[in-house]
Amino acid sequence: MSTIEREVPTESLKEKLRKKEEEVDALRRELARWQAEHRDAPTRDTSFTSVSGREVEPLYTPLDREDAPGYLEGQGLPGRYPFTRGPYGTMYRTRLWTMRQFAGFATARETNERYHYLLRNGQTGLSVAFDFPTLMGYDSDHPRSLGEVGVCGVAISSLADMETLFDGIPLDQVSVSMTINGPAIILFCFYVAAAEKQGVSSDQLRGTVQNDILKEYQAQHAWVFPPEPALRAIVDMFEWCSEHAPLYNPISISGYHIREAGATASQELAFTLRNGFEYVERGIERGLDVDSFAPRLSFFFDIHNDFFEEVAKLRAARRIWARHMKEAYGARNPASWRLRTHCQTAGVTLTAQQPENNIVRVAYQAMAAVLGGTQSLHTNSMDETLALPTEKSVRVALRTQQVLAHETGVPNTIDPLAGSYYVETLTDELEAEAQGLFREIDEIGGVVPGIEAGWFQKEIAHSALRQQEEMESGQRVIVGVNEFTDGSEEVAIDTLRIDPEVEERQRDQMARLREERDSAAVERTLDALTEAARSGENLVPRILDCARAYCTLYEIRHAMEKEFGSYKEPVFF
Amino acid sequence: MSETDRKIRVLVAKPGLDGHDRGAKVIASVFRDAGFEVIYTGLHQTPEMIVSAAVQEDVDVVAMSVLSGAHMTLFPRVRELLDAEGADHVLLTGGGIIPEDDMKELEKKGVGRLFGPGTPTTEAVRYIREWFEENRQPEGV
Repeated sequence: MSTIEREVPTESLKEKLRKKEEEVDALRRELARWQAEHRDAPTRDTSFTSVSGREVEPLYTPLDREDAPGYLEGQGLPGRYPFTRGPYGTMYRTRLWTMRQFAGFATARETNERYHYLLRNGQTGLSVAFDFPTLMGYDSDHPRSLGEVGVCGVAISSLADMETLFDGIPLDQVSVSMTINGPAIILFCFYVAAAEKQGVSSDQLRGTVQNDILKEYQAQHAWVFPPEPALRAIVDMFEWCSEHAPLYNPISISGYHIREAGATASQELAFTLRNGFEYVERGIERGLDVDSFAPRLSFFFDIHNDFFEEVAKLRAARRIWARHMKEAYGARNPASWRLRTHCQTAGVTLTAQQPENNIVRVAYQAMAAVLGGTQSLHTNSMDETLALPTEKSVRVALRTQQVLAHETGVPNTIDPLAGSYYVETLTDELEAEAQGLFREIDEIGGVVPGIEAGWFQKEIAHSALRQQEEMESGQRVIVGVNEFTDGSEEVAIDTLRIDPEVEERQRDQMARLREERDSAAVERTLDALTEAARSGENLVPRILDCARAYCTLYEIRHAMEKEFGSYKEPVFF
Repeated sequence: MSETDRKIRVLVAKPGLDGHDRGAKVIASVFRDAGFEVIYTGLHQTPEMIVSAAVQEDVDVVAMSVLSGAHMTLFPRVRELLDAEGADHVLLTGGGIIPEDDMKELEKKGVGRLFGPGTPTTEAVRYIREWFEENRQPEGV
């Protein structure tokens, strides 16, 4: 455009501008007429707000974009600053998103079988769901684990379990994502040590560990240590990975759980990115060059029901991250500006009533994730409000992505909703709301003081209550729950049940492990770890030594806890 | 305060290792708005901790939220301990991801009604009120 402008004579440029103004005036007049004409038109008995409570206008036009920044500043090209249109230059034209179903149940043996099944069916990455004891840093034979072993995910209590989990799965070829936070550094070391046993060195490892403790305090609540030592462990991982595992993502900064706990779209967006900035600041405080670790920071967002709001949220997230990384944190490597994300459809939107409807909800949400430009995606299974998913429902969920990828044509062109008056306006609105929330967080003293005061937790609980009230008053329709019920709500579908015998088997295995390992090495490596926790040296090499000596998860946790203490939540409702 | 206008005392509890407290917090707020006196335990409570809080706070009802699949261990354990502590008059109810068949089995073990996903909160309020009307002990007797 600029070249054309330079070539045409001034007179004709003036002519062009005049025409443009005339056009805008004409549109303004037309719009006024249209508004007058429809002012008294009947509207449906609904609030016309998004899931997050945002007012939605009946119509968006070029007039809504008049004050917006120019195209290159606001959107630009994919793979280029500010990355609104996508983190990579050619997006799905080069490579589809990674279809990554979150899975784990019972023992490492059963979950290993499920992984082989998923890989045979065309899944392209793995994602580990751990059981609650593992998520909290307890061994399967710890008294607090009673009744919870292998129930909600897979039980991993030592390197031995991790070796079984990836038996026959080459870790230099398959990228693995692990959802673990409180004890993330320990499970990460089990993973690195399991790869070593396969002859795979850490610099070949691709994949991600969630390792986002801030959102645990705010929303999901699987913590171990208090904020300060927990943040130190995370920066230790940034530091260690930048040198020894340069292809690995040592964190996945997650909005998913914040949203599932009740947050609105803009709260999810703002809290997640602000947590991300906190990690960046902690890395810089350690003395790390921002460009040495920022390119490996990855994200994870929830994709809820409101289609356009979710697409806009991902676009806004990329732009906000890029601007802050470049302008506030001085990152010079474009890879540090680029926000890469995993997405998952919203578990909280699934209903126990008429559960087959969930297939449709998931399909729409998956499409929003892809139109928003996600790098990988988990689609929920229809039976997840009832129990862990069966093999059949997992297959339907995976096929949903494959239909989207190969039949709908959606991935053929990059960021196809760009330029939509509505989607661009929403993207700007979400960005502005996030900036407002950043200021509020600053006013309360930052992320950690906000957590300690329960500010985030209260904001999220408040939004959750509002949504519950909207649902119960019938203000928000949930198909098959508060409307369109026809007596077919209670559908008997097969669900997966975990045999209580799993817990016993796992306990027996732990007893054998404790018997067979070199107990002197266990004691020596654990003592060295406690010492490292005290001295401030990087924890990763010490925990790796513990892992290799077959120290258990809880033993390693405890060796650090002696120095770090444990987290006590502020209780309120 | 006379028996007729005594507030119903409810302990909202999150047993086990599961940290998903959206439901527990929503129901605690709803109970409070319904005029109940509500105590919330916070997260990661053992059955022993819950029962000790229930006895100490002299509650009428313990309402547990379990989304972790560990309900078949946790509900019977809390019931047993309540009974052992002489709190057999306390109603144990709750909600979460609990299959129909398990609800029936737990009912046989002395657990009250359990509420699955999508249940209007008003239903839980009504259930507790009705139970209280039928079962409350006159005070001071």
